[in-house]
Amino acid sequence: MSLHFIEVENLARAFPQPGRQPPLKVFEHVNFTIEKGEFICVIGHSGCGKSTILNILAGLDAASDGAFVMDGKEVSGPSRDRGVIFQNHSLLPWLSALGNVSFAVRARWPEWSRRQVREHSLSYLKMVGLAGAEHKKPSELSGGMRQRVGIARAFAIEPKLLLMDEPFGALDALTRGVIQDELLEIWGRTHQTVFMITHDVDEAILLADRVMLMTNGPDARIAESVVIDIPRPRDRSAIHQHPEYYTIRNHLVDFLITRSKSLQGRVGGPGQQPRSVNPVRGTGVPDRGGTPRVVGGTG
Amino acid sequence: MLAGFALAVVVAVPIGFLIGMSPVLNNALNPYIQVLKPISPLAWMPLALFTIKDAATSAIFVIFICSIWPMLVNTAFGVASVKRDWLNVARTLELSSIRTALFVILPAAAPTILTGMRISIGISWLVIVAAEMLVGGTGIGYYVWNEWNNLDIAAVIFAIIMIGIVGMLLDAVLAQAGHFLRYQE
Repeated sequence: MSLHFIEVENLARAFPQPGRQPPLKVFEHVNFTIEKGEFICVIGHSGCGKSTILNILAGLDAASDGAFVMDGKEVSGPSRDRGVIFQNHSLLPWLSALGNVSFAVRARWPEWSRRQVREHSLSYLKMVGLAGAEHKKPSELSGGMRQRVGIARAFAIEPKLLLMDEPFGALDALTRGVIQDELLEIWGRTHQTVFMITHDVDEAILLADRVMLMTNGPDARIAESVVIDIPRPRDRSAIHQHPEYYTIRNHLVDFLITRSKSLQGRVGGPGQQPRSVNPVRGTGVPDRGGTPRVVGGTG
Repeated sequence: MLAGFALAVVVAVPIGFLIGMSPVLNNALNPYIQVLKPISPLAWMPLALFTIKDAATSAIFVIFICSIWPMLVNTAFGVASVKRDWLNVARTLELSSIRTALFVILPAAAPTILTGMRISIGISWLVIVAAEMLVGGTGIGYYVWNEWNNLDIAAVIFAIIMIGIVGMLLDAVLAQAGHFLRYQE
């Protein structure tokens, strides 16, 4: 019996290389756990395999090694109990907004009546503020609205685990902020378990309960799991005035600038969980002078 | 003519689907397609008459064999170039492969398939006129040749204009259908 809702054990992914070179290990010894209802963000430089981890969790890619246990059962392959929000909305362009959401809803609950599907889908479109635009095609919607339809579609199938791959990466900063607020609100209502990839430190602090930090690839690992205990509900316009905000932010940025590189391939190991860090209380914080022992100007 | 064209649609679209979905099948069948595709329609005529021994059925066969290739190639191309994202959506929703084919791949590839049909129907129309001249007995092609033998040039010119107009109408019908199925990304 597993104690956690989600347990990922020793996940590794290697890609075959041309010729006789050994396969390229993007990441290995990736261990982490997620509790039910937790919002997890993953940050790391590009190339560290964040998206690959997400694709493995979604069942769209297969791990070379390791296991992914959800709700006490090992999972492999895609399934409807995991919803995915892709970076580029990936709506079906020949269907309307409502059509896209109900397409997913119908696949999730094939036994539902037409009316039930419609009402369920409409209620989620309303939740993302798209009431009235449900008959528009994706090409008639703005980028932000398209991503909202994608969010509605993913939430509407009420998955046990919601996976988001840089969902706001393609949006401009203003729209991003608005949709982040909406996402926070919907999440506050539904308390889905979320695993989200982002590049944006501020976004991670705003949304996440815990931020997982990945070292650079290849040979990437999850080095730290940083607890964000700024109380909820959080407000995007006021959160940066919270006294703990910059302590956390500095810790994350420090990691991305120095430790993600200096720790590359040097942390973790088989079965080893990432170091749990609470920068505010100062627990688990690595000694600033001690860790990055980089000689010369490489840092 | 429509019988030959319909037969070609029925055969070409499913096979094109399979070729588009399976790279192995594509590699296996592509050489044959490439060899068969450039064969002139009228080159098939003697062989068809010899084996089928019926002028009307031979004409249908020739139309079938000539109009199948553009549809086959276009369907395969359309199916193969369906966006990975859309297929991933279907996979994460655990759609069966038949439902994926019907509800994701078919609408996504429909505009390309229809383009293939448009090219094909144009070819069919070209072929039928030529075939009727050879086979004789009925049709506008036969009429043209007959009037040439009568040296009635006015009738020949009239027939030529009619052939052009009918061809244009056939194309317009499919273009209109394509308009319905087109989507914007």
